[in-house]
Formats: sequence, structure tokens, C-alpha cells
Amino acid sequence: MKHAKTATQNACKLCNPLGACLAFRGIEKCVPFLHGSQGCATYIRRYLISHYKEPIDIASSNFNEETAVFGGSHNLKLGLKNVTQQYLPEVIGIATTCLSETIGDDVKGILREYMKESISRTGEPILIHASTPSYQGSHIDGFHAAVRAAVETLAEKGVPRNLLNLFPNMVSPADLRHLQEILDDFQLPSMILPDYSKTLDGGPWAEYHRIPPGGTPAAAIATSASAIGSIEFGSTLEASKSAAGWLESKFGVPRYHLPLPIGIRESDRFFGLLEAISQKPRPEKYDDERRRLVDAYSDGHKYVFDKAAIVYGEEDLVISMTAFLQEIGIRPVLCASGGKSGLMRKKLEALIPDLDGEGIKVRDGVDFADIEDEAALLRPDLLIGNSKGYTMSRKSGIPLIRIGFPIHDRFGGQRHHHLGYRGTLELFDRIVNTVIETRQDDSEIGYTYM
Amino acid sequence: MEQIGILEGREKQIFEKKDGGQAFDISCETTSLSGSVSQRACVFCGSRVVLYPVADALHLVHGPIGCAAYTWDIRGAVSSGPELHRLSFSTDLREMDVIYGGEKKLYASLIELIEKFSPKAAFIYSTCIIGLIGDDIDAVCRKVAKETGIPVLPVHSEGFKGTKKDGYKAACTALMKLVGTGPIEDISPYSINILGEFNLAGEAWIIRKYYEEMGIEVVSTMTGDGRVGAVRRAHGATLNVVQCSGSMTSLAKDMEAKYGIPYIRVSYFGIEDMSAALYDVAKHFPDRPEIMEKAKEIVSREVRNLYPKLQKFKAALSGKKAAIYVGGAFKTFSLIKALRSVGMSVVLAGSQTGNKEDYLALKEMCDEGTVIVDDSNPVELSKFILEKEADLLIGGVKERPIAFKLGVGFCDHNHERKIPLAGFEGMYNFILEVYQSVMSPVWQFAPRKGGSL
Ligand code: SF4
Ligand code: SF4
Repeated sequence: MKHAKTATQNACKLCNPLGACLAFRGIEKCVPFLHGSQGCATYIRRYLISHYKEPIDIASSNFNEETAVFGGSHNLKLGLKNVTQQYLPEVIGIATTCLSETIGDDVKGILREYMKESISRTGEPILIHASTPSYQGSHIDGFHAAVRAAVETLAEKGVPRNLLNLFPNMVSPADLRHLQEILDDFQLPSMILPDYSKTLDGGPWAEYHRIPPGGTPAAAIATSASAIGSIEFGSTLEASKSAAGWLESKFGVPRYHLPLPIGIRESDRFFGLLEAISQKPRPEKYDDERRRLVDAYSDGHKYVFDKAAIVYGEEDLVISMTAFLQEIGIRPVLCASGGKSGLMRKKLEALIPDLDGEGIKVRDGVDFADIEDEAALLRPDLLIGNSKGYTMSRKSGIPLIRIGFPIHDRFGGQRHHHLGYRGTLELFDRIVNTVIETRQDDSEIGYTYM
Repeated sequence: MEQIGILEGREKQIFEKKDGGQAFDISCETTSLSGSVSQRACVFCGSRVVLYPVADALHLVHGPIGCAAYTWDIRGAVSSGPELHRLSFSTDLREMDVIYGGEKKLYASLIELIEKFSPKAAFIYSTCIIGLIGDDIDAVCRKVAKETGIPVLPVHSEGFKGTKKDGYKAACTALMKLVGTGPIEDISPYSINILGEFNLAGEAWIIRKYYEEMGIEVVSTMTGDGRVGAVRRAHGATLNVVQCSGSMTSLAKDMEAKYGIPYIRVSYFGIEDMSAALYDVAKHFPDRPEIMEKAKEIVSREVRNLYPKLQKFKAALSGKKAAIYVGGAFKTFSLIKALRSVGMSVVLAGSQTGNKEDYLALKEMCDEGTVIVDDSNPVELSKFILEKEADLLIGGVKERPIAFKLGVGFCDHNHERKIPLAGFEGMYNFILEVYQSVMSPVWQFAPRKGGSL
């Protein structure tokens, strides 16, 4: 008899503070700070470094036994003082770990106290605090919590401006650059948060930058309350947890909520929204990109039609990838995520009403052991997700197409495009090429012309 | 360059060797300063490092998901058989478990995993949260051991209860429970255990081959291609040979106390230290001179083979400067010697976990002007690299991007390596990698070397 599974075997998710640190890295002159023990900060650093290949300094308040018993107030204050002295930050992004959450540190209170005590000191950074215990949710929740906390801390009522907020979700630095380009081409003044396109994918240095250049300036985040609207990507991101939701309820800034724009339909929706907001037609350049994409779809359709794929990763990414796969005729036989918002199925149904009829299985809260079990039954042609599926791919012989985060076994993960017509085209090329390569490898003849 | 200061409270962890300079009083073996971006990890990390290569044991991390997720298959320790160590198991505690305790979940997870994977033993790592919520791990382990018939060993590695070194100790305590439970009748008196060698990219195999060639029986490589069965028999060996970092010294000491097995410390990096590691073991068996004869033969054969190959590198690398920042201090000694043998000097030598003796010894062997640091951070490291104009940094994953950002060559010397650097063949690999990074033409584009920003 098969028992219900208790232990997690090869997790398909990471922990809350990782997402928060990533988001904080996208704020200008900000140092991420973990309130908890040393190990979490170090592990998260090495994990992020392996993907982005950039120095990533994350400070920690370094709990010891006493701290765990008597509370982290002293360590937190000392840590903030030291970070301020050594890094000269304008912002410190504080994320709590499981430990500090469990002992019940009143972080907000401690920070208030700290600010009061340091009132005489000049150049004190702004403190942003996100509550991120890992036993609630996963890295993506930490990411959104940090973005929201940044807005809650910084946004101020001001004169209305011609400004669009964009909360892009956990996309690649290359995607962030692409989004910025699109907004610029629509001549829409914008505030993208977070923006780690430079801080996590930058150039060489002549000297060590304690904080890498780039990121969304605090002053820009402050203006977000006076914007004409906020676009927010993320199918499962609820208004109650999101920055855009908060801005809407608090300042009446309209929230436009979209899935990640992957594939033609979702990209059309995004560009359509930008046309409506900017009152300008889509620039010709994107018409061209769209045309090229449609053309590529036709050129490549036979390679991919009716192939079966398993897609896994963050729920939002999985949902949007699924929609895209449907467009090109790939059957997503399993949509899997380690996340568990409880919304994945519903959101997928909104895009593909007849999930069951189409033979699309949806499972959230899974690990790689579960996905592997499913793969053994479903025998898909392709696996689509982050690097961590490599073990499964190697064992089963099913090729893996790497998307999202983390990518630890290939070069250039931070430069992958996923969004818009251009990102979709890049994804499409990779998928078609993977199919071709597999056919070539499997062929006894070794055709050079496929 | 903008002025980078040293944090208050860290001044005593940094020392620069100067003629008639200050008295040597480096502060070390303390916990990291709050708010400094330490390159160090935690107690759990120390335990995980040591026990990871035991390939036929189940490694279950008890706590929320992070600690297990971040350590999933990140190391280069290889196995000649089972590969259970490369999987990541966690109890993945949720909020209700944190409130009501995780013992039930731990029990159920263990039973289910042992049934599924039939391990020879199970190691249960307790992480920070467990230290707080007070789960009685020992009781669960006892219960499961009784029900399943395999050793189920608690590893008390709550991250905040000390430093990485305490994690080494916790791992040794767990291993010590296994030692002495296997049969030893057929073990030769000319036998050793190899301790603290993690078989990164097969290094333990290289070392083992040398010793076996000398006519010595290797009872257990303990945690390098480790097997529970071999650890159980380890008390049958005549000598424990402990590799540098000191991660397994406490086990060697415990075995000495309990079983009267002496130990020696060695290093397998560089020609000098690798040769010494063979000679020192041979010296331990004076009644069999052929062991020493064989050791000499191996050394002269390997050196004869290696020496000419290094000359090309030496010509290129002579006069280049290296900075070293690694986990254990003992490794630094070997690296300094190895680099000197190809004409390189060392301008910065530091470690995450060195003790006073280590640093004193370092001071003795370093050149004038060398900076010695304990528990450093990126800001300091980069400051010294730039000030001392290093051409190479040796470190781990977290140090790598610092070097590359600044246009400095880098060589990995940590647990994630996939290329063996130990032994004579390892020395070749090491110097080859140093050469390939230091001499690469790409650095000409680095702003520091005149490239544009
Ligand atoms: S304790 Fe929590 S925050 Fe730290 S690594 Fe584990 S899961 Fe992540
Ligand atoms: S410090 Fe604690 S929670 Fe963080 S990684 Fe180490 S054991 Fe896990």
C-alpha cells in the first residue's frame, strides 16, 4: 500500500528570505539584511551567486544561543549599525528568518527604537522590514513581501504624475531590461520595482563597490503612490499581498493585474494595456517582433506539435508557460510547483477552461520526487523548468529546457529572456532546437540537415 | 579608491606582517560580528560538510525547507557505489509543526524514507528551529532505530549554537557512535583510517591508491566515498591519518582515548606536503622498512613525472601574487608551499576557522607584508586584493565573483570542486588551473589593467 508522503525529497522551492534578498538587491543603494543566524545568509548568498555570478553581500544579525533565548534586539541594532558603517547604504532591507520569527522578535518595534536612538546620527539609512518565515510559503512569497514592504515604507502621497508602476515578479535581469525598453518606447515614465538588471548583471569594476550600482531609487518608490496605475505580473499574486494591491487600497492607484506576458496572447494583452494607458499605438518595432514570432511559430510548428511536456517552477511562471505551450501545440501534461498558493488550478482554468479535457494535470506543493513519479507515468517528451530538474532529466533521458531560477548548471541564466514577443521567440527557438537535437541524437544516421 | 574602513570589533582579526611590527595577537575562534557579511556558514553546514560523503546513509534535515534545499547536491564528493548522499531530504516544517512540534513528522518521514531507500544508517540533522521548539530528536531516533534495526543518529547541529567548527564536532560525535560496532578480526596491523578527506572528484581514491601501493591497508576513508560498514570497523586500524582542516580531529582524539589509536595530521596538497603525508605514515611502521622504501619510490616516480610538466607554468607564473581565503587554516600552509614551488608569492592568507596556533604558524611562514585575516568579509577581502595587487584569489563560491569583478584570476579550493587537486596528479591540476586563470588574456579588458569601464 502506498502511504501519503511526509518527507520532502528534493524540494522544488526555496525559502522565503531568499526571495526577499533578491527583491532588496533591486533597490538602489540597499543592503539586504537577514535577521537570524549566520548560516541562512551564507547559504542564500552562495545560491544566488551561483546563478547570477555577481558578488551578493547579505548581512546577518548572527544569532547565537543567547540571542535565541533573550531575543534579537541587541544583535539587530548592532548589526544595523555595523552595516551602516561599513556599507554606507541608503536603504537596509531586513528580512526575518524562521528563527527570529519563531522567538517572536518585535522587529517593527526594535526598528522604531533603533531609529529613535540614532536620531542624532546623520546619514541613517531607511529601514524596510519584510516578515518572511519560511514555514509559511516559499521564496516567491518572500519576494512579494519585500516588494510590498518597500512600497509600504516609502510610498508617499504626492501630486499626481504621469508615471506607471511596474511590479514585474521574479524575472531575469534580461527581462527587466526588456521591460524597461518597452516602457521607454511607449514614452511612459515608469518605476520598475525591483530592478536588479544592473545589480545582478553588471559590468567590471575598478574598485570594490560595497553596493553594486543600479536598482530602483528610494525616491522613485516614494512617488509610486501618485502614479496613474500599477501593472503587476503574477497570476497567483493576490491584491492583499501585493504592492499594487496596497497602492490601490491606500492611494487609489489602479491595479492592473496580468499573468507574466509569455506567448502571443499574453504579450498582446500586456501591449494592449500599455496602449490603453499611454494612449499611444504599439511602436512599430514590436509589430515587427510580433510578426517575426508568428513567422517562427509557422516555421517550427511541426517540430513541436503534439509533444508532451512537464512544466515546473514558481506557480506564476508555470501558468504563463503553460499558456504559451498551448499556443504552439505542445501538450502540457503536468503543471507542477513547489509553491502552494491554492490558486494555481483556478488561474490555469482561466486561461485554459477545459484542463481535464485537454489532459493537463495540475499539482502544487510538490517536490521532485513527486514530479519524477508523474514523469514515469506520463512519459513526456520535454521537461521545462529550472536546473534542479537535471537529475530527473538525466535519469529518465527526457531533455530539459532550462528556464527561470535557479540555473546552476548552464551559463548565462541571468541573460535568458522569457517575456514579450522577443522573450517568447527566444524560448520558442530553444524548445524547437531541443527537439531537433534530440531527434539528431536519437538518430542512427546523424543527419546534418534536419 | 574610496576609503574602506575595518569594522570596529574586527581590528584584532587582521594582522600585517611587518619588520618589528606589532606583537602577534590575532583574535580568532569567535562568532562572527553582527552585521558583518561573514563568509562563514553555520553549525549545520559544518556537520553537513563532514557527513555528506557517507553515501549509503540517509541524510534527513529536520527543519524548514531552506537548510536542506541549499545543500542539495552542492558538493563534489563522489561515491563508487550508492549515491543516497546526493539527494535532499527534509521534514519541511510548516507553521503548525512549528507550533505543535515536529516530532511526529520526523518520525513519519524517517519510517517512510528508510522503507523506501533501505539505508545502512540515518543521520538526522537538527537545524536552528529545532533547537528552539525543543523537539526530542534523540527519543525519535532511538525509537526508529529500534523499529527499523539500523543506526539512527541525531546530529545536533542547530545553526546558531556556535560556528561551523562546532558542526564538525557534532558530526564526529555522531560518527563515533558508529565506530566500534563492526568486526575487525581480519584487519592487518599495517592499517590506517583516512580522516577528513572528502573524496572531492575522487581525491580519496588517489590517496588510497598511494597507501595501498605502500602495502598499507586502508580500513576506512571515513567520509570520502564513505560507507557505514567501514566506519563501524574503523577502530580496527593502527593509525588515524587526519587531513588538514581539523574537521575530523575531534574524532581522531576520541578514537585515541577510547581505542588507543594514535593519529597524525597531514595534508595532501602540493608536492612537499603530499610526500610528507606518505613518509609520516611510513615512519609509523618502522618494523617494515619496505613500506618506507615504497613511499620513497612513489614520491620519486611521481615527482620525476610531475616536475618537468610544471616548468612551463613556473616560467609564466614566477613573480605573480596570490591571495588565499579558505575554510581551514591548515590548507593555507599547503597552498603557500605549492604556490611557491611555481614561483608565486602570497600577499594575503586567511581562513574562516583558524586558531591561534594556525595563525602563528602562518605568520612564521609568510613573507614580509603579508596580511593575515580571520573570518573576513567581501569588503575587506577586496580591499586587500586591490592594495596588494594580487593576480590570483583562491577561495570558494562566495569569493569567486569578487575576484572576477575586479579582474583577478580565481581558483576554487572548496567542497564544490569537480576536479581533484590532492595528490601529485592533483598538484598538476591545481597549477594548470592557476595558470589558466592568471594568464588568461581576458584580464587586459579589466578596468584595473587599463580596460574601460
Ligand atoms: S531557517 Fe528558514 S530562513 Fe533559514 S535557511 Fe532554513 S528555511 Fe531558510
Ligand atoms: S543557520 Fe540555522 S536555519 Fe540557517 S542554514 Fe544554518 S541551521 Fe539552517
